[in-house]
Amino acid sequence: MGPVKAVVMGASWGGLNAYTQVLAALPASFPAAILLVQHQHASSENRLPWLLGRYCDLPVIAPEDKEPILPGHVYVAPPGYHMLVDQDETIAFSVGKQVHFSRPSVDELFFSAGVVYGDRLAAVILTGANDDGAAGIEYIHRRGGFTIAQSPVSSEAPTMPEAAIKTGAVSRVLDLEKIGPYLAERLQGS
Amino acid sequence: MADSFPIDDDEIDVEDIEIRLLLEAIFQMYGYDFRSYSKASIRRRIMHRLGMSGFSSIMEMTDKVLRDRRFFVTLLNDLTVNVTEMYRDPEFYRAFREEVIPVLKTFPFIKIWHAGCSTGEEIYSMAILLEEEGLYDRAMIYATDIDKNVLAAAKKGIYSIEAVKQYGDNYRRAGGRHSLSDYFTARYDSVIMDQRLKRNIVFADHDLATDQVFGEMHVILCRNVLIYFDRALQERVIRLFVDSLDMGGYLCLGTKESLKFTGQEEAFEMINPSLRIFRKRQIRHS
Repeated sequence: MGPVKAVVMGASWGGLNAYTQVLAALPASFPAAILLVQHQHASSENRLPWLLGRYCDLPVIAPEDKEPILPGHVYVAPPGYHMLVDQDETIAFSVGKQVHFSRPSVDELFFSAGVVYGDRLAAVILTGANDDGAAGIEYIHRRGGFTIAQSPVSSEAPTMPEAAIKTGAVSRVLDLEKIGPYLAERLQGS
Repeated sequence: MADSFPIDDDEIDVEDIEIRLLLEAIFQMYGYDFRSYSKASIRRRIMHRLGMSGFSSIMEMTDKVLRDRRFFVTLLNDLTVNVTEMYRDPEFYRAFREEVIPVLKTFPFIKIWHAGCSTGEEIYSMAILLEEEGLYDRAMIYATDIDKNVLAAAKKGIYSIEAVKQYGDNYRRAGGRHSLSDYFTARYDSVIMDQRLKRNIVFADHDLATDQVFGEMHVILCRNVLIYFDRALQERVIRLFVDSLDMGGYLCLGTKESLKFTGQEEAFEMINPSLRIFRKRQIRHS
């Protein structure tokens, strides 16, 4: 397995708190790009990048279409759009149908990132109340990526990590407070 | 436990080749050109259709596409992403009303091109807005889309009553002056738009990837279309828009679309940065 170039994350119910904890544990020298999806209503104002940026040493970005994906930057999917990774490691958007009743959808991000990054990808499924992301986790696993799920007992809503774990494609199940430090340590050395 | 045989990079390369061949087949057989679309999102939509159709490979599906026009139409509908609504992004329409309409009021005649109008919801939104501003009788809206099937639906102007409830809310947030229900007639579980709204709309099929300049426009709306194109095609389309716009004409893009990566930023001034309203500069900087 080569060095990890990107980490994709997905969360739904309880995600703001979970993301805050995970991102707060990452050092400014974190070597990979981070792309994350938080389920939210299409008409919500896009305050998430600003909120997360307050707890995080890395620059948190509300990306534009075709924005290049850079190491050490955090890209937050905007409400109302699916966020995808394109072949040339840029951001692509779609306003296609909702997936698992969600746009943005975790699966859309995970599948597209899995294609591009293969075994240089890590994926994290956090707290959430539906099964979005499970199919994506399985795909990333088959592409040789490294997969992590938040432990259901440490999740505000356990359905999302449970669905991912049930696929058999999750490499590590970790309590919420362990995920950030684990990523920091594993990727610093990679 | 699901099957977990690995998908290596060679397999991805094979799929990429199969996708290119499928898009080439569609272009040669039916004339629709998706060859310069964003790879990530076209792949997702092809894989989605592949999963639903039960074919074992994209190659097998390509054979079906070539020989069965009805299957092609199904796939076409996947590839063109016809998700839209009336007054989508209501804040945009409010800004258009407040920042663009006052300028349009000084023009004797207004030509508006809506590129990628899909099933027409946003066309009727604009027609109503112009009507309420007293501008519609000197306006012409050119509504174009690559897909003739959705254009036929746009022409009919029939929408589900469920959807229209949501649109009423958008309409109010967009600064609508009356009630959206003044502009349609409900019949059972659908509504039909007031036929008078069509008096100044021309529907035409137009492919941004292959077709040419369209008139001397005062406004071009192309919202959430460019996101599906690769960078080269985006550049082509923005150049097409520059050439189609009158000096001082307006270009309105989707809220995540930007001119930043198209090399054409210089041709426009930014009127509303967050809602992506641009204006073609009077003097070209070359």
